[in-house]
Amino acid sequence: MKELTIISGKGGTGKTTVTAAFAILAKNTILADCDVDAADLHLILTPEEISSADFIGGRGPQLDSKKCTRCGECQHLCRFDAIDFSEESGYVINEFACDCCGLCAQACPEEAITMEDTINGHWFTSDTRAGKMVHARLGIGEDNSGKLVTLVRQQGKLMANKEGCELLINDGPPGIGCPVTAAITGVDLVLIVTEPTLSGMHDMERVHGLCRHFDIPALVCVNRFDLNLVNSEKIRGYCSEHKLPLVGEIPLDAIVNKAQVARQSVVEYDCGLVSQVVREMWSKVEKELNI
Amino acid sequence: MIIAIASGKGGTGKTTIATNLALVAPAAQYLDCDVEEPNGHLFLKPKINDKRNVTMPIPKIDEELCTYCGQCAAVCEFNALAVIGDKVMVFSELCHGCGACTFTCPEKAISETTKSIGCLEIGKANAVESNELLFAHGISNIGNPLSPPIIKKVKKLVNNDCFAILDAPPGTSCPMVQTLMGCDYCLFVTEPTPFGLNDLELAVGVARQLEIPCGILVNRSDSGDDQIQEYCRREAIQILMEIPFDRDLAFAYSKGEAAVIHSQKLREGFQKLHQKIVAEVEK
Repeated sequence: MKELTIISGKGGTGKTTVTAAFAILAKNTILADCDVDAADLHLILTPEEISSADFIGGRGPQLDSKKCTRCGECQHLCRFDAIDFSEESGYVINEFACDCCGLCAQACPEEAITMEDTINGHWFTSDTRAGKMVHARLGIGEDNSGKLVTLVRQQGKLMANKEGCELLINDGPPGIGCPVTAAITGVDLVLIVTEPTLSGMHDMERVHGLCRHFDIPALVCVNRFDLNLVNSEKIRGYCSEHKLPLVGEIPLDAIVNKAQVARQSVVEYDCGLVSQVVREMWSKVEKELNI
Repeated sequence: MIIAIASGKGGTGKTTIATNLALVAPAAQYLDCDVEEPNGHLFLKPKINDKRNVTMPIPKIDEELCTYCGQCAAVCEFNALAVIGDKVMVFSELCHGCGACTFTCPEKAISETTKSIGCLEIGKANAVESNELLFAHGISNIGNPLSPPIIKKVKKLVNNDCFAILDAPPGTSCPMVQTLMGCDYCLFVTEPTPFGLNDLELAVGVARQLEIPCGILVNRSDSGDDQIQEYCRREAIQILMEIPFDRDLAFAYSKGEAAVIHSQKLREGFQKLHQKIVAEVEK
């Protein structure tokens, strides 16, 4: 089984547009939406849920105010400024600021703070017209998105093995932090979707740095390449300098948003230039993955 | 006054809006909290006059004192320590720098050292009408998984006499929450597509839980459907501005040029946006 992750660094360059098209073009694949805090792939693939489960991301502190003697040791030690105090309510844990490290529970002389399992979100397996899919929803403002990405990928791999699928396609999150690391470590290939803007290029170089850091082979695709031909040429230069295969240049076209509004992938909605480029790109990715 | 520019979905134009607003607002300060991919400097072209390292504490084991009891590993919620036989391993990339191990060690065998996770750059940029604009951003090191400690450091640089604009990271998890906490107002930048709406709803959920008043800016407002307007009506959220797609502006953006320098109409639009935000906060 091979694993491909689609990332970008900068958000909104077209990761999910490309992933949804690949999902339709790929035969015998499993899909995993690893952008767990702003998942969108389901909006195109309209999954029918097979199963759902809680995501227990870790443990969090619970303060029993009856046992609390207001000694303030927890607030004194907390490095995340997550313990508030007021005369009326006493000490209260601010769950948004809390890092769930458990130091307060260790330190409380009255044992008024205990660490309890926390449900940080939900994950699902579903049927879609492009194959089976694993996806998740992180609770609003919750921590542990990296862990949830790892879980989604693991479940995707299990499902691929069970179903005898030769490929797992992961739709990745933006950025270069913990969820991205969780989405790319150990995969066979990464596709970086960028755009010819200074931001897009700046972020592509950083996310490429991350791929090199983990020694993962990467390909590049330029979306809306005709928005700025000078910058697109610079991306070509960067790719050839770093021996990064450039597998496709997608033109700026209103069809992409129209397809999205119609809840279809671009290759389903239209057979114009955008679709053609994406199809050619997919053949190159298949070849690179050797499937 | 501290306001955040956020979105949920990436690429809707947060940085475009944040930088343009900073360029026209009087006494503005721009702070880039998207420390994984900071881009505001590409448009504001600040002169950096102060650079600070951002570090995080990590445990250091004194093998002379350690009895390999394993309590440090047991107490670590992030599995950043392992004790195998007479060896203690510290996985610094998993460490959150909370100090629980140091606190717990019965032999006082753990002290702390620091590791660099990124940096802050502070400077000034030229705003329109020759105003001066305060600038700061955080940059996370490549390979560093933890951006919230850097975001916290960026927010410590907020100047309370300024109209402080925080450029938030995408998503709805810890880095975005860390940015929004304590803000007076949040402007969500979205686009009229199913992805834009889906992620906007999640982001508004965060603002509501944090009890931060919010408004919406619809970018590329003519490039999708009308579901955002529907949603805002239903939820009674004010749309402060709509900007239609303009290929010239997109081209200017691609070269790192700010829209307000390019277009008089948008300059006035952003001045109005600033006034509306101030009015909302003072309401």
